[in-house]
Amino acid sequence: MTSLTARPSRAGAAVWRYLPRLVGAIIVLWGAATLAFLVLHLVPGDPVAIMLGAQTQASDEVKARIRTDLGLDEPPLVQYFGYLGRILHLDFGTSYRLQQPVVDVIGAQLPSTLALAGCAMVIAILIALAIATTARGRVSRAIASTLELLVISSPSFWTGLLLLTVFSFRLHWFPVSGGNGFASLVLPAITLALPIAGILSQLLRHGLDTANAQPFVASVVARGLGPVQLLGRHTLRHASLPATTFAAYIIGSLLGGAVIVEQLFGRPGIGRVALDAITNRDLPVVMALVFLAAAVFVVVNLLVDALYPILDPRLRTAR
Amino acid sequence: MSILQSQSELVDAPRRRRMPPVAAIIAGVVLLVLIAAAFLPGLFTPLDPLATDTHAHGQAPSGTHLFGTDRLGRDVYTRVVYGASISLAFGFAATVIAVVVGTVIGVASGLAPRWVDNIVQRVLEILLALPELLVALVVVAILGAGVVNLVIAITIAAIPAYARIVRASTLQVRQAAFVEAAVALGQRRGAIIVRHVLPNVVGPLLVLATIGIGTAIISGSGLSFLGLGPATPSPEWGLSLSDGRDSLATAWWVAVFPGLAITATVISTTVVGRWLQSRFEGRGA
Amino acid sequence: MSGLAGAQGRAETQGSADVEGSADVQRLADVEGLTVRFAGRTVVDDVSFRIEAGECLALVGESGSGKTITSRALLGLVPAGGVVTADRLEAVGHDGLSLDESGWRDLRGRDIGLVAQDALVSLDPLRRIGAEVGESMRIHARRRRERLTSARVREAVLDELRHVAIPEPEQRIRQYAHELSGGQRQRALVAAATINHPRLLVADEPTTALDVAVQRQVLVLLERLKAEGTGLLLISHDLAVVGRIADRVAVMRHGRVVETGPTARVLGAPEHDYTRELLAAEPSLHPRGTRLSSAATLTLARTSAPAAASGVNADAPPALIVRDVVKTFRRPDGSRIAAVDGVGFELRPGTTLGVVGESGSGKTTLGRIVLGLERPDRGEVLLDGRPWSAEPERRRRERRQTIQAVYQDPLSSFDPRATVGAILREALALTGVPRPERGDRAADLASRVGLGAELLRRRPRSLSGGQRQRVAIARALAREPRILVCDEPVSALDVSIQAQVLDALADVQEQLGLAMLFISHDLGVIQHISDEVLVMQAGSVVERGPAERVFEAPEHPYTRDLLAALPASQIRKDPS
Repeated sequence: MTSLTARPSRAGAAVWRYLPRLVGAIIVLWGAATLAFLVLHLVPGDPVAIMLGAQTQASDEVKARIRTDLGLDEPPLVQYFGYLGRILHLDFGTSYRLQQPVVDVIGAQLPSTLALAGCAMVIAILIALAIATTARGRVSRAIASTLELLVISSPSFWTGLLLLTVFSFRLHWFPVSGGNGFASLVLPAITLALPIAGILSQLLRHGLDTANAQPFVASVVARGLGPVQLLGRHTLRHASLPATTFAAYIIGSLLGGAVIVEQLFGRPGIGRVALDAITNRDLPVVMALVFLAAAVFVVVNLLVDALYPILDPRLRTAR
Repeated sequence: MSILQSQSELVDAPRRRRMPPVAAIIAGVVLLVLIAAAFLPGLFTPLDPLATDTHAHGQAPSGTHLFGTDRLGRDVYTRVVYGASISLAFGFAATVIAVVVGTVIGVASGLAPRWVDNIVQRVLEILLALPELLVALVVVAILGAGVVNLVIAITIAAIPAYARIVRASTLQVRQAAFVEAAVALGQRRGAIIVRHVLPNVVGPLLVLATIGIGTAIISGSGLSFLGLGPATPSPEWGLSLSDGRDSLATAWWVAVFPGLAITATVISTTVVGRWLQSRFEGRGA
Repeated sequence: MSGLAGAQGRAETQGSADVEGSADVQRLADVEGLTVRFAGRTVVDDVSFRIEAGECLALVGESGSGKTITSRALLGLVPAGGVVTADRLEAVGHDGLSLDESGWRDLRGRDIGLVAQDALVSLDPLRRIGAEVGESMRIHARRRRERLTSARVREAVLDELRHVAIPEPEQRIRQYAHELSGGQRQRALVAAATINHPRLLVADEPTTALDVAVQRQVLVLLERLKAEGTGLLLISHDLAVVGRIADRVAVMRHGRVVETGPTARVLGAPEHDYTRELLAAEPSLHPRGTRLSSAATLTLARTSAPAAASGVNADAPPALIVRDVVKTFRRPDGSRIAAVDGVGFELRPGTTLGVVGESGSGKTTLGRIVLGLERPDRGEVLLDGRPWSAEPERRRRERRQTIQAVYQDPLSSFDPRATVGAILREALALTGVPRPERGDRAADLASRVGLGAELLRRRPRSLSGGQRQRVAIARALAREPRILVCDEPVSALDVSIQAQVLDALADVQEQLGLAMLFISHDLGVIQHISDEVLVMQAGSVVERGPAERVFEAPEHPYTRDLLAALPASQIRKDPS
């Protein structure tokens, strides 16, 4: 083939590749913000009435004044752009129910959830690695497969209850509920980690199977490597590539699962905030949470995109 | 079903040989039993799931009460049996609707001109950025709690994942060598879509949907657990679990058995689905 | 042997200079009665051979002959489930039958090395070249509990890369496999296998999928290793490669060695029927018009009078005219590349035009443009004198009947859900055959290409490669075309099956008077089947002309290179 144009520089090509991702990420964030805005407008009923509560005695004049103050009587398009503008300043409004800025409400609970999610992620990765690297024979693979099926099929609110029954109520090893201290983190983290571990294990094992079927394995083994060396020096890295692709979804699952686990174990956190907000139709909080979830997803994806060429040299622009 | 679940199922498929029919048979039998319980609960238990009996409250599993009784004296086994119809109903309904809507969107987008497809892809990306549970919660926030809204919520939450799978499948099939060969043969565009593209897209999807029923059941019972589904005293499994949580220290059976039922249902649908997958491997694209 | 003496320095460091004294061993492989069974199936059946130092033994055979498993037995790498039995299995002085896995690992990479095919996938794409080449050294040092500094490894790696003639090794060791050229990659793969200077090397199809120029480099390297005293077990289906570097040949079929002897004798004057069959099937060794296989001639004479007269008719207008066609693509990094850069030709009815070129030559893109599956950026294609490439698809569709195709991978060109009968019936329906007649016509079509009627109910997935290709030919013929475009139709087939399909295509062309555009990278096949030849390189035509002239007196150096890689030029007739 004859080359018609000069190849761009290495750095130039990297930018050319990354820019669309960045733009895409911003579009997703904008889309999520718009979606959240639509949520507010789709809710039947008068926002002010919802905000003040059904039992309110406020007169219509008061309500009208609140409406003007909040800008709720402006045309929707004006409200929309105002809303977008406020988001850029990280102002998500005020919680109807708690009468506090939404950022504060969420910010106060975020660390607890992050601790839970972080722990769960580490546990899930460790379990998945352990299973994927040791399940090599026919029998151990069947066992691994069954275990994976079990944890993926069991709802987390049930496994959590089982863990509570055995380890809290019977053995008294861990507290039943609460959010303080490391001990109270263990059971919730394990509960949250289990389904993720199952999926990660499936992905890793499949990745290893695919890697072991690659032609280079024959050459590598012919150099005198044993199975452990093959795993550690070659195939594990190959296997982790497809799992990394799903990092954003895995983290999303973690956050979703946190809602249930926090409720089950009585832990404070974003999950509880979300549940309260939804039960009480506290819409600014709900909208902010939607945006937060999208933001987390987008950021993780961008990180993975940046990480991928480091893991897989074939993606670095070369010749 | 969640994108993760579907991806890992898709990813797991090629390497799997014919699964031992033993597992599939057991799963099939369990599933049939559950379906029977859903349609004809009276066959499995003569008791009334709502009937309270304060004298018999909090009893451990025994000969008379297989799964024990809860704090209001209701027979847990009976409540589990009657709960089957609710879970299977919303699992099935939500999946069917989500698959149909997802397929329409996915196929249309996959076959449409590039710019239309790009827009749809962006919208799907935005929806998929949110965890399924959160989407369902948002829908509940708008519509309120209740069984019908629950079904709507999990349906809407499941649609983007199916749409994405169908879209990817459609694009892949559209560019496949055999489609090009059909063009070279002189086949008409409409005939190619109907005879070659659609059947190869829909086949694998139906199998995934079988597995997706399990995910829908977990989502639905999860929402019920959070109090957003049917109201008490419904025997719905997630709700029972939530009720049982308070008496966990003294009466573990109230929560454990409904949860076991959920797990058993999901395992059966998944195993049956995977077996169907391994059987259709030889045929589908 | 002067070659050995000259490389004495290397020979002294060869292999494991430990107690077994394998450094002195001259007989590097001694195999007697080797048998390998998998779950009752005998894959290797009573195979015996010997390899001396500085000697190359070639195992030749088609797929399923057992040559690969045999070679793996010397490395202790027979796949799981295989039961290995032998009277003797000695590799570099070690008794293979008494070795456990740990013992084999001591041997692999140190006394015996493996060079696999296609370095792009045989080197770990995620690791740097330096790491790959040096790995065996590190592993074996660790096994022997020797201290080894990174500097020492680096030195050895650079040395080895220089030894395999890779330029600028200091830069290469930091690069990855995909960053190297094809030739450098393959030589790096050799270096990875020879870093510990094993005395015996197993080369499994080391030149397959390589361009001719690169092939030559690799063969030169292997010859040098041989001269330094390394024993070589070569597995190849390419008789040209075998003819060039093998001292002795063992022909295998269904797990048994059917013939063995000096290369010149086996290839020049074969004694066994199967060897004769293999050589007979080699297209480059036989002129146009002769049959390659013993399969029966197809009878394709149509019931209706053929539209074009059979045989070459010099006055007939060209069926296909291609003028100055250019097609460019955008690379992932944004630059543009011309896959086809100003190609033109005319195809007359009843003749075969062969288009030959290696990967990247643009021949496949050209075929797709001719078929109307791609539109050229510049230039035009005329079908029967009327515009073809410029027409909108809806107007082209009805004319598609005239030009049909047979593809390299027939399986992927079939709907995975369709049976053979359904495939043929669909083509017949488009040709206007009424529904009630389609079944019978399909059966008729199948039998004409040599397929039994019982195959109609089966799916192509369950058929053999040769059968699938026949189905593809039948499907094309069902449309009653006047032009047939064949894009690498036999590349994926074993030589004997290839022979049958080529004969079938020759029958098709002769009896139906079709114009054929035959695209292939295999000059031998092109030579055998074409009237005229087009040689393509990097998107342009570098040589064209009548087939005899191009092969007897090639003008362009690239054509000469392609010709030099053919078996005919490598197989020297046995003087006896």
